[in-house]
Amino acid sequence: MRHLELLPPWAALIVALFVVIGATLTVLGGIGLLRLKSFYQRLHAPTLGYSYGTLLIILASMLMFTLLEGRLVLHELMVGIFIMATTPITLLMLGRAALRRDRDTKLGHDETVPPRPDAQESPPEMPRDLTGYGEGVVDTGLLSHGDPEPERRRGD
Amino acid sequence: MTAEILRFALGYAQIALILALGLACWRMLRGPRAQDRVLALDTMYMNAMLLFLVIGMGNGNVFFFEGALVIAVLGFVTTVCAAKFLMRGEVVE
Amino acid sequence: MSRAIPHPVLSLALVLMWLVLTSFSLGNLVLGTVIALIAGWSVEHLHPPKPKFRRWLAIPRLFLIVALDILRSNLAVARVLVLGPNHPAYHSGFVELTLQLREPNAIAMLAIILTATPGTAWIEFERESGRLLLHVLDLRSEDDWQALIRDRYEALLMEIFE
Repeated sequence: MRHLELLPPWAALIVALFVVIGATLTVLGGIGLLRLKSFYQRLHAPTLGYSYGTLLIILASMLMFTLLEGRLVLHELMVGIFIMATTPITLLMLGRAALRRDRDTKLGHDETVPPRPDAQESPPEMPRDLTGYGEGVVDTGLLSHGDPEPERRRGD
Repeated sequence: MTAEILRFALGYAQIALILALGLACWRMLRGPRAQDRVLALDTMYMNAMLLFLVIGMGNGNVFFFEGALVIAVLGFVTTVCAAKFLMRGEVVE
Repeated sequence: MSRAIPHPVLSLALVLMWLVLTSFSLGNLVLGTVIALIAGWSVEHLHPPKPKFRRWLAIPRLFLIVALDILRSNLAVARVLVLGPNHPAYHSGFVELTLQLREPNAIAMLAIILTATPGTAWIEFERESGRLLLHVLDLRSEDDWQALIRDRYEALLMEIFE
């Protein structure tokens, strides 16, 4: 690890700060994935790491290798652009898949989701009352034990 | 002095990312439903990618970046296929 | 655009990407150009709706607003995660709203923005009625989500695309 001494002090401090904040955000996302109660709440947790966690670590890496090699290193920007373009697609598809599965009565409702609105009835200007949906009734979080696995209960 | 701080920061980041990987792995094993597992797998891919970047910074080796890029691409394809399978029951229509 | 280069911006971006990933040399430039042209032709066969940018000047403003919003939302969500899921100071749930946007590229952009923001997740959208279902982690951070999204993002996106 001799190369770390070659960095100028200001750059070393900035890189250290960015890496620490980025990693902390990512681990917070992991904790959220574990602690939050329903799937729709957990859908928010990895976004922390995907947005600013990735951005800060990529910026730190770019700064470090640019100074070490004495030329502009833009490799990491590719990862950033790729993550920026793909994350919304994966999370969006997962959200839609979960909604469809939760509306499917054959699979059994583990989480209550708002039903599909009828196109003819209820004008779109009227906001529907959506309180009480997606509270995560079944999975009470990992820290409380004694709850039977819903998938095992359904027997698949 | 600053090199020590940077070394400590990189070590902390590696431990934190491994911890995040473990937490996501726990959620993937526990479920409770298939979409939770897919979401946790996606998070694991991202954490592994960031871990590769940080390890590459620690070693001063640019080639860890290639591994990170491959992991990012594979994670995207995996998650999209799994989500599609959850939605329709088939991967290719 | 012309027949030979159907998507010049996309092809140029691909050439730049190729040169960033490899080292710059004449051979790599030629190879990257060939790949970018082939990619442009294949995209042409997919017939995507071509984006028409009306006002380029609004794009940096939108980018800045989104970056700041994502930062703020990161901090808010980190606070929620530290406080724990049973804390009474926040409340998550679904929000339904109606979008005025009709241009597909603008809607895709809005979906990217809302999904990349940690506090909100885009769940379902119906194109005919413009009905959008969002899941929000902290419902109490805003009173009127419809007004927030209309004033902050939809107006700018309409200015750019329509």
